[in-house]
Amino acid sequence: MFDIIFWVLAAVAVGAALAVVLLRDIFRAALSLVLLFLTVAGIYVTLYADFLAVVQVLIYVGAISILIIVAIMLTREVWHGNPPGRLRIPALIVCLLLAVTLIFTVMSTQWLVSGESPKTPTTMAIGEGLFGRGGFLLPVEITAVLLLAAVLGAIVLIREK
Amino acid sequence: MLYLRATFFVIGGPDYLLADFGYIGILLIIAVLFTVSTLLLPLTLALFGIVPKKSNPTKVSTYECGMETIGKTWVQFNFRYYFFAILFVAFDVLTVFLYPWAVNLKGLGVYGLAVIVVFFAILMVGYVYAWFKGALEWK
Repeated sequence: MFDIIFWVLAAVAVGAALAVVLLRDIFRAALSLVLLFLTVAGIYVTLYADFLAVVQVLIYVGAISILIIVAIMLTREVWHGNPPGRLRIPALIVCLLLAVTLIFTVMSTQWLVSGESPKTPTTMAIGEGLFGRGGFLLPVEITAVLLLAAVLGAIVLIREK
Repeated sequence: MLYLRATFFVIGGPDYLLADFGYIGILLIIAVLFTVSTLLLPLTLALFGIVPKKSNPTKVSTYECGMETIGKTWVQFNFRYYFFAILFVAFDVLTVFLYPWAVNLKGLGVYGLAVIVVFFAILMVGYVYAWFKGALEWK
């Protein structure tokens, strides 16, 4: 059962990723990227990471895709689409080398498997780790500063003119 | 559905989680099947000659009763929209942090509340700054 779900998700993910690169219409490429994010969320579910799957849908499918689509809407002369560049062949070679390296690493590594069953639901445990005593207090507050920097940067950007 | 929950995922581990997500999977399958069958239905009916194929230029035009569009569909939008997209991402990430705290509100107690108040206060600096700079007004 898990194998079937995994292979279906993997096939859709690889197909969507190829569509992102190969499609001429840049808006369709962005929508394929959304499909890719969704399949990654599905793989998280099969790994018992329920909170991570929901966050993947909320942030990547919800927010990042909006950011990308708005960026496309702001682009001048967007109907030219995704023209092929001069670096097609070098990029293909580099990507193939990267893919071979990654596949080789994944296949040759001895992956350690814990005998313990996964913790579910994970949301409470994550909340305890982030906001409980002895949790990740400082990283949480630093994340707030990072988000503040993003908001301030956006304000400065639009007040440029 | 309860029977499905009992028999569908008996591989081991916390099955109820996968069963709950399994409902989403079933919904997804039904949605895809519905879309595909709705698209195939007119083609099948046309194959049996039930749907007539009498096409003319007016019938296949994009706006059969309406004005013809002028210019290209792709126009460049005002760059100010990007500000709202970035704000949306920032506050979406805020939600991700608020949710695990809200689920275990009582268990985390005053300590968790203090952490989240500081977190929220830091982000509100950006909101107040935007307010006073007039970034939220449309010019």
